[in-house]
Amino acid sequence: MIFTVAALAILVTILLGLARALLGPTIYDRILAVNMVGTKTSLLIAVVAVVSERTDMIDIALMYALINFIGVVAVLKFISQGNFYTAGKDEHSK
Amino acid sequence: MILVEIISWIFIIAGALLGVAGGIGIHRFPDFYSRLHAVGITDTLCASLFLIGLVMQTGMSIASIKLCLIFILMFFSSPTSSHALADAAFLGGLKPQLDKDDD
Repeated sequence: MIFTVAALAILVTILLGLARALLGPTIYDRILAVNMVGTKTSLLIAVVAVVSERTDMIDIALMYALINFIGVVAVLKFISQGNFYTAGKDEHSK
Repeated sequence: MILVEIISWIFIIAGALLGVAGGIGIHRFPDFYSRLHAVGITDTLCASLFLIGLVMQTGMSIASIKLCLIFILMFFSSPTSSHALADAAFLGGLKPQLDKDDD
């Protein structure tokens, strides 16, 4: 019973985050909302894995958290630089 | 055994409440940086509370070790991504709203 309450709370948080992702004036609000939705989704996967006694799903939650972190950093790099292949403003790349 | 059950329920309920608080905070705060403040903190703590509650539920097994791995990962990666976000936003020229402009 307690897990349904927890899962519903996570779903409400995800919906609020998606609303902010759609409304967000600046692009950084959207990245923030997507980051929050990502971590909450990995929590949701972990809760469902524990409830359904299928412990192999916890690896999926772990992978989701990893990919979410890498995705946020990649998008930030893309925004601040405009492209992926140059090393950065300070290294003078040809 | 009932005590462990109740303690894990308390952790999970606290995590759920914190998550919803972060969700509400992301809408009520006027400016990006205050929203980042709200979400960054509750994101990390809600994840850790949930995972501790889940570890108590699964007891001594491979699954609880994996949950501890997720806990450690979240403990380090969530603040880092919040910092990267704030850094990129500030360098990207997003000025924080210092005072109410309708005075």
